[in-house]
Amino acid sequence: MGNRRALARAISLVEDDQPEGPQILSDLYAHTGRAHVIGVTGSPGAGKSTLVNALARSYRAAGLTVGVIAVDPSSPFSGGALLGDRIRMRDLTGDPGVFIRSMASRGSLGGLARATFDVVQLMDAAGFDRILVETVGAGQAEVEIAEAAHTTIVVEAPGMGDEVQTFKAGLLEIADILVVNKADRSDVDRTVLALQAMQSLGSAAAAHHHLTVDERPGPGRQPDGSWLPPIVKTVAAEGRGIETVRGWAEEHARYLRETNGYARHEGQRAAASIRHILYERLPAMLLARLPEGYWERMIRDVVNRDVAPHAAVDALLRAGNWLG
Amino acid sequence: MSRPMNERKIRVLIAKPGLDGHDRGAKVVARALRDAGMEVIYTGIRQTPEMIAEAALQEDVDVVGLSVLSGAHMSLCPRIIEQLRAQGLGDVPVLLGGIVPEEDLARLQAIGIRAVFGPGANTQDIVSYIRQAVR
Repeated sequence: MGNRRALARAISLVEDDQPEGPQILSDLYAHTGRAHVIGVTGSPGAGKSTLVNALARSYRAAGLTVGVIAVDPSSPFSGGALLGDRIRMRDLTGDPGVFIRSMASRGSLGGLARATFDVVQLMDAAGFDRILVETVGAGQAEVEIAEAAHTTIVVEAPGMGDEVQTFKAGLLEIADILVVNKADRSDVDRTVLALQAMQSLGSAAAAHHHLTVDERPGPGRQPDGSWLPPIVKTVAAEGRGIETVRGWAEEHARYLRETNGYARHEGQRAAASIRHILYERLPAMLLARLPEGYWERMIRDVVNRDVAPHAAVDALLRAGNWLG
Repeated sequence: MSRPMNERKIRVLIAKPGLDGHDRGAKVVARALRDAGMEVIYTGIRQTPEMIAEAALQEDVDVVGLSVLSGAHMSLCPRIIEQLRAQGLGDVPVLLGGIVPEEDLARLQAIGIRAVFGPGANTQDIVSYIRQAVR
């Protein structure tokens, strides 16, 4: 973890898309792949930052070092951002075993910033044992975190909408651990029941519906090798339930190791990384091979309805000699 | 086509050192900087000099903005500047906002505070100052 300044600078270079960024990432790549990456997502106000703060403290008490990446939204109007997650992470300052970095989403819509996974790599290479990634306050479709993290924690709080919200697609499907925070509220059990009801419709639970409640296997690893997300009640602001969440995160890591889940995740991750980089680079390479004025002419033809966009791209790919 | 290359965002740390809880000014400035397209890391109140320097380091900010309304600026500012230097951040411009008597200005500048913005300061002036300071 030697040079914190160097890590901070490297993150900026990668985040700002400076020319040194890809080189740094390539140089460090061999030193990555050791950290367990834990994503924390959920609605705005559910308590993500507070949970991250409490979890990080818990990991520190267990002797593990922690990198934190906290993503907040950029304004679509000014491009600026107000990054306020550190307010709830003040317990972590002054500890050399913790490094917190705030990131603005910079136009990304999946709940993370474009460079978030690159920053995970930098922290991984810097030697942090656990990396906690907090997404922007997510609604239903911001599920990118499941691709970046080994273990995804979805945080809910009581009173955040009727139970049909929890049946909708997206966020709950990516949860490895479900946390119901602010469990000191009176309506917490309704939220827990709604989540349990949702789970009881899933395949893991359906396989055991002939059993009585007491006979059914508990959450976590199932006899058929699948994973049923545990539902954990917490009061993160007071540290209540946090050890249980950490215990499940470690249990999930063990599950991934024993079921080849890590390898599968790494494979998906590698494919996604290569695809992202390819998609970023290809257009510039393609356009560089076009004859002078071709791009402008093509746009004019499409505007004039002489050519449809699909046909224009077919012609462009032929002109750039990309179809061989 | 693809996103612009080499886009550098200005990153600013806005912190309230000391014990006063009057954070409206800090929030107004944070909001103005955000609206000017900057990324503002807002740490909230009751920050120690060590916390501020550590946040400035981890967040790799271009500018540190402090807000003090308790009158403790003459004891807090030197300690913050010292902590920033200890972290190797002596070249990061530090701005101060709040209630600062005229007679303190020269001494604040001598210890390394780049600029002071008092009550009634125009947020646009702060934006312009930061843009020119980080160029």
